[in-house]
Parts: sequence; C-alpha cells; structure tokens
Amino acid sequence: MTTHTHHLTRLTAAEMAQKLRAGEITSVQLTQAHLDRIAAVDGGEHGIHAFLHVSAEEALRTAAEVDDLRAAGGAVAEALHPLAGVPIAVKDLIVTEGQPTTAGSKMLEGWMSPYDATVVTKLREAKLPILGKTNLDEFAMGSSTEHSAYGVTRNPWDTTRIPGGSGGGSAAAVAAFEAPLALGTDTGGSIRQPGAVTGTVGTKPTYGSVSRYGAIAMASSLDQIGPVARTTEDAALLHELIAGHDPKDSTSLPGEVPAFGEAVRTADVAGMRIGVIKQLQGEGYQQGVLDRFHEALDALRAAGAEIVEVDCPSFDYALGAYYLIMPSEASSNLAKFDGVRYGTRVLPEDGPLTIERVMGSTRAAGFGDEVKRRIILGTYALSAGYYDAYYGSAQKVRTLIQQDFDAAFEKADVLISPTAPTVAFPLGENDDDPLAMYLNDVATIPANLAGVPGISVPGGLSEGLPVGIQFLAPIREDARVYRAGGALEKLLSQDAEPLWAQAPELAETEPAAAAEPAEAAAHPAGK
Amino acid sequence: MSEISRADVEHLAKLAHISMTEAELEKMAGELAVIVDSVRSVSEAVSGEVPATSHPLPLTNVFREDEVGHVFTAEQSLLNAPDAEAGRFKVPAILDEE
Repeated sequence: MTTHTHHLTRLTAAEMAQKLRAGEITSVQLTQAHLDRIAAVDGGEHGIHAFLHVSAEEALRTAAEVDDLRAAGGAVAEALHPLAGVPIAVKDLIVTEGQPTTAGSKMLEGWMSPYDATVVTKLREAKLPILGKTNLDEFAMGSSTEHSAYGVTRNPWDTTRIPGGSGGGSAAAVAAFEAPLALGTDTGGSIRQPGAVTGTVGTKPTYGSVSRYGAIAMASSLDQIGPVARTTEDAALLHELIAGHDPKDSTSLPGEVPAFGEAVRTADVAGMRIGVIKQLQGEGYQQGVLDRFHEALDALRAAGAEIVEVDCPSFDYALGAYYLIMPSEASSNLAKFDGVRYGTRVLPEDGPLTIERVMGSTRAAGFGDEVKRRIILGTYALSAGYYDAYYGSAQKVRTLIQQDFDAAFEKADVLISPTAPTVAFPLGENDDDPLAMYLNDVATIPANLAGVPGISVPGGLSEGLPVGIQFLAPIREDARVYRAGGALEKLLSQDAEPLWAQAPELAETEPAAAAEPAEAAAHPAGK
Repeated sequence: MSEISRADVEHLAKLAHISMTEAELEKMAGELAVIVDSVRSVSEAVSGEVPATSHPLPLTNVFREDEVGHVFTAEQSLLNAPDAEAGRFKVPAILDEE
C-alpha cells in the first residue's frame, strides 16, 4: 500500500467529497484505497474483522460510473449528489440486492435478498460505492458483536477488546479507516454505544425519520437506521441522504429533512440550555468515563452553554422495561424464521419428519444462545397470566419515560450523558453474564423507548480507550444533537488532533496478501 | 429468586418452536430467572392509572391508494426457498403421522 492511498483513507467523508468534486482524486482511487485497507487490516487471526462480505467489483463499478459522469461534466456532473463516489459500508442487518445479507446469523447463511432496503436504494441513487456488509451481533442482539455467528469484530483501539454492539462492524470499519461512512441500526444503543467505544460518531435519528423498510426487524417499535462516521459533519451529511418519508414503511414520519450538515457547520452552544440527566451518571459508571464527561461539561459551559440538572426518575426502570419490550417484539418478529420460505432448514436427527419438528430443529441449529434467550424471554413476557405484569407494565413505564423527557425538555434544549457506562471491555469478559452485558445500554435505551434522537461523539480517552458523550433532543429535533455534538467536537479538538486521528496504527498484512481479491477474506456467500 | 423452572422453559421453547437439550433447558432456566428478577421492578414502578405506550409516535391508520405496486415473481419468491416444487414452497408433512 502506498503512502498516497493510505492518506486517502484518513480524510473525512466531507473532504473526500470535496476532492472528488475538485477533480483532485477519482472515486476509483478512493474506493480502491479502502479496499486495500480492508485487505490489509480486516483479515487474519488478529484482524479487525469488521466485514462479513466485501463487494470489491460492485463498489469499483459504481466508482467508475461516478468518475465517468464527473469527467463528462455539464448538467450530469452538476446533478451528482455531494457524496457521490464516497464509499460506504452497510450493516449486515440491512438487505441488499446482489450482496448476501446474514444478520450475523447461521439462519440466513447464503440468503440473497430479492430487494434493496430503502436506505440502500438511496445510496445507489446517490452513487455511493457500497464496499460490503459489516459484522453485528446476531439479529442485532448484543452490545459487543461477540454474538455474531461469524466471529468477533475487534476494536481498532485495542484488538483484544470489543468494538461495542450490535453495530461493532460498522463502528470498527469507520474507526480503522476501512470506510469513511457506514450505516447502522439502533434499537437500544447499537449505533451510539459502538461509536462511544471506538472513538467515532453515531446518530440514532428520531424514530420513523429514516425508513426501516429492508432492515431485518428486531423490535419494531424501537428499531431505527442511522449514520456512522468519524465526524459529526460526515454523520450529518449521510443522515440527510438517508432521511425522509417512505410509503413502504408504515411507521415513517412525513415532513421535510432538515439541513443537518449546516447545523454542524454553524454549531455553537452559546446560550444553549444543556440538561445533565441526574439518573445517567454516578454508580455503575467508571471514574474515567465520568472524568471525561465532567470535562465535556466544563468545555461546554466555558463556550457559553447553560448547564442545568434534570430529574428523570423513570429512567431507573428503562433498562427493565426495555428487556421486556424488546424480547417480546423480537420473539414475534423472529417467528418468521421457520425453515419454510427462506433461510436454513435443518432436519431432526431422528423421529418423524413433521413440519413442527423440522421448525424446532431448524431454529435450534439456526439461532445462537442470545437469540434463543431473548425469544424465550419474550415468549414468557407475552404469555397469559404474565402479560399485564410484564409487557403491560413495561408499556406503562414507557409512558412515564416519555413524560420525563417532556419535562426535561421544558428546562433544557438538549440533554447530555455519558453514552456508555464503561470503556470497551475485553473480549469474552461478559460471556457468562447476560445481565452484565445488558447494563452497557443503560444510558442509550431511554431514547429508543421515547423515540427521541441521540448522538454519541468522542469525549476523549480513559486509560487509552475512547469515551463517548451522548446528546439527546426532542422528537424531530435531530438538528439539535448535531449542533451540540458538533460544538463539543470543535471544543475538544481545539488544542489536539481529533480523537479518530489518534487511533493506533494497525499492523497491515504483507502487500502480497493484500493484493488477493478482498472477497476471498470474507465468509462464503454461496448457499 | 424467580419461579421459572426447567419445565416452564420446556413449555416456552415448545411455544417458540426451538428444540432444546436437557442441558440447555437447565442453563436457560437459571439465566431467565436472573433476568426476570432484574426486570421485576418494572411491574412495581407503575400504578394502575398510567396509560400504556406501544409506540413512540402517535401514528394511526396510514392509508394509501389501492394500487398494485412492485410484486415479486414466483421465481424470485422461491429463490431462497430451502425446497420448492412446481412453483411452490415444499415442506415436510404438516400433520403428525399418527
């Protein structure tokens, strides 16, 4: 790999777009530089393993198309989307025609979607080369990407540690300069928590503001697709591209998409009321995380923000309510994986061959432990005699949490908290303790229960590992999280390189290995 | 501790169509009991008067014109089928043999 192409992968998406428009670089060069980087750092025993599938040929074809259109000049070149030619990675929960979609599960090994998700259609229309599909916890169930059926993803800051989850692949790809942009999904923090522990930026948009058509559903009243990037501006530009009403998603919000990029470029917190959530700090949060959090508050205060404390007593029950609502919805959504119409079918080893028994053996073999745990838990919470006590109560807590948000947003324009209670933990640490794993999402879950937008931006390091700062805003006020997040990003990089630029250099495999087709490194896609 | 027994998990697994070994049932019963204990506070947090929220947005009855949009062909629909015959999904016996 030459220094020249290495340099290309370290630009921000906004800078890449600018250089493409100016004719300083081509999309083929840019895309190839990222494919080379993937080949150099993603494979091997200690590789990042952010990608489950790399689609070099398709990505280069799109890149060449953009270069031709730009070279032709005139109205066609003018009409290109600002991000045209900037490569992107897509979480493997989002369906793509022509590239396999596994959801990180054996259940969907080799499955080829006959259609594109709406967000993927938007990427194709804007001509962003799609580099491939990124690793995740199976069906997005987890906080560490250790529950993928295809192996763990490693944190580029310390490859013995988790990259967060469920979208660890998208966050790690962006942090390791394998892609400047990625798509994620966030049901309880799966965009924001990986962003926090990998020193990158991730946004969960207002529920319904980005189409969920083509995102394999986990918990439909909580799931949301959103942008993953290294800077708030890059996240904002991608967010603008993917947002908007979609008639194919019955929960899609009508209305215009605000200018998020502009919100970042003019970011300023002078006079902004920022509410510190009393319940999302203190016990259970590492001291290093709290130290960076308080430094962020000091920086914001010094820049003219008014820091106030807000009380959200129902947040104490958010985690419990989430772990009733999410499994309940998941148990219903995952009932469709029955080995009849698509996906794996596994026959029982002995006994009569009836469809019920084939379903039982298919789901036993196709689902991993965490997925089974959540399906069983959801089935329990929804069963007669327990429904009111569990699912019913959780829905009431959801109302209380919305009321807490409403009251908090009377006193503050945005709310702030650490994104995750800890820095990235070592791979395997929580293997035998599902409950400890669930606690990672304690600060991100309230936003999903209420549908409000949230962002995680880098807040510095604790013991050499990234800490994330979360901003939350009222429904449809996503621009506010960009204004606040963009301002903090600026304040914290005044006297230092931005955090993403400080990530350790990764060992690259020999050029000979890097020259192999990238597809060879990914898991086999054939049925 | 919670009251979830191995027999409860066996019943739930049957409802969820997941075959489980004895060892899996034992392990899952223990794990579920811990999780259920931790979420029990939720039912203690709410009194009767709070309305339930099933969805973050008050969207109801989204209508559209009754027009045929894009539809998959039979071939596309069967592309990922584990087994197919004569343009249909092929499955094992629906009913028990006896």
